[in-house]
Amino acid sequence: MQTTIAPKRRSTAGRFWREYGWAYLFILAPVLLFLIFTLYPVISALVMSFQQYNIMQSTWVGLDNYERLFKDDTFWKSIWNTVVFTVCTVPVNIVITFVLAHFIYQMKTKWQTFFKATMYLPAVASGVTISIVWLAIFDPTDVGLLNRFLGLFGLDPVIWLGQSKTALFSLILMNWLGSHGAGIILYLASMGGIPKSLYEAADIDHASGWTQFKAITWPLLKPTTLYLLVTGVITSFQVFISVYMMTQGGPNFATTTIAYLIYQTAFKFYEFGLASAQSFVLAFLIILVSVIQFKYFSSDVEY
Amino acid sequence: MKSKSKLFLAVAAACLAAWAFVTIIPLYWMIVGSVQDSASSASFRPEMIPGALSIAPYERFFAKTAAWRWLANSLLISTVLTITNVFFASLAGYAFSKLKFPGSKAVFWLLLSTMMIPAQVTLIPLYVLVVNVFNLGDSYTAIILPTAVTAGNIFLMKQYMSSLPTSLIHAARIDACSEFGIFWKVILPLAKPGLAVLAIFTFVASWNEFFWPFLITNSAEMRTIQVGLASFVFAESTDFGAIMAGATVGALPMLILFFSLQRYFLQGITIGAVKG
Repeated sequence: MQTTIAPKRRSTAGRFWREYGWAYLFILAPVLLFLIFTLYPVISALVMSFQQYNIMQSTWVGLDNYERLFKDDTFWKSIWNTVVFTVCTVPVNIVITFVLAHFIYQMKTKWQTFFKATMYLPAVASGVTISIVWLAIFDPTDVGLLNRFLGLFGLDPVIWLGQSKTALFSLILMNWLGSHGAGIILYLASMGGIPKSLYEAADIDHASGWTQFKAITWPLLKPTTLYLLVTGVITSFQVFISVYMMTQGGPNFATTTIAYLIYQTAFKFYEFGLASAQSFVLAFLIILVSVIQFKYFSSDVEY
Repeated sequence: MKSKSKLFLAVAAACLAAWAFVTIIPLYWMIVGSVQDSASSASFRPEMIPGALSIAPYERFFAKTAAWRWLANSLLISTVLTITNVFFASLAGYAFSKLKFPGSKAVFWLLLSTMMIPAQVTLIPLYVLVVNVFNLGDSYTAIILPTAVTAGNIFLMKQYMSSLPTSLIHAARIDACSEFGIFWKVILPLAKPGLAVLAIFTFVASWNEFFWPFLITNSAEMRTIQVGLASFVFAESTDFGAIMAGATVGALPMLILFFSLQRYFLQGITIGAVKG
């Protein structure tokens, strides 16, 4: 800035302001929003989780909320459901994404664009829209596309969302068949960055396709895989819209995820304290799992 | 990974075509279902290839709901959020990537760390704050303010801005350009492709956002199209045609946006996410 033009004698504070004032001004809005809409709510939620919350007069109850939720079967059920959903969706989605990207990579540019666009398309539709359509696809009556499809093979209709046996699986199925476009595009970008010479060298050494995959492709795509894994887990730990729109957590809590349980506890039963405690358990799980993934997966990857 | 035999390519192409078909089917089913009139017969069975087309489901959807108002709300909110996010995220991204100031790293990482905190944690206090303290429940301000600029967007812009040449900034400074002048006249024009991508993704995300507007709105007039759509589905769960019409109305603007700006969508995803 103007440090070379010696200013008339000014206080150090004045000089500091002249030197850095603009920068602080540029970040002022996000910092204020952060303080008001993130930092304060996080602290407030932590306090609430130790309280029997009431808008007029909250009472301090110590660890009661946490004790209550650890004794609550529904809470454990919701964790189980969330974990099952995550474990069944994220790794499978990554494999699907990878295979599709690998196939697309072999195509001509024109077809690459076509497949990227087609497979990305559902991602621009909202969760509400997608849920509405899948609600119709799973419909047990004549409207239900999936049962009609099964009928072509002589299979009996299934009450997909209406029974606890199949409800969670239905949500998982819908997730598998959703858009993998963003992941495909990320994989393709990294695949394009792998030097061709590596494969040429491997060919000269008569390395098999599988060996090439293990020694070249997989390690070099690891950053992308890690990114998809971490973001995928964080997203599916918070799965909400499809549950709210399609099953309301039922039947018999078969699809109650943590995020849905928190919503119910807070905005149906107005137990803000208990819901805050639940949300901190969720936050703890998310951070824990993210850290573990980075530890195990990232030895040679910086992010 | 190099190209394989003809057989392999044929199998790959067949798999891709099949998967693309499966991916597209729900959206196709939605649109096809929205133009078949479910009210015409008692035992309605929508067909994959419709016989007679009808706009009756759309008429019913618009007649039974405040959908025009919801669309207007969504348009307004998404537009404002796009402007605020692009402006403030690029301003902060510029400061974090090109300006040196004490605490810059610490503040940046603090902002970034908020991305790790699930929305569920802040939700309840946020609700209490906005509704009971600020008294803003059921207002546009309430829907917009908390996400006026997000940490993720700042991160994206910081990544993007750091690839811009610093020499031009120095040149502008020698020309006695003010710091904001440098940002406005030098940086923004250079960053246009990045800003376009940020704008598009912010607009789509805001249009599709459900939970916060759902929580904070009470009256039917304040709903966004997504929130309104959800309420309509719960109220009219049997009118298949009208529900599909509603879903189409909610998604169509984004589908059109995607088809007209496809290039930005497909290339934009890689900005900030993967290096190099």
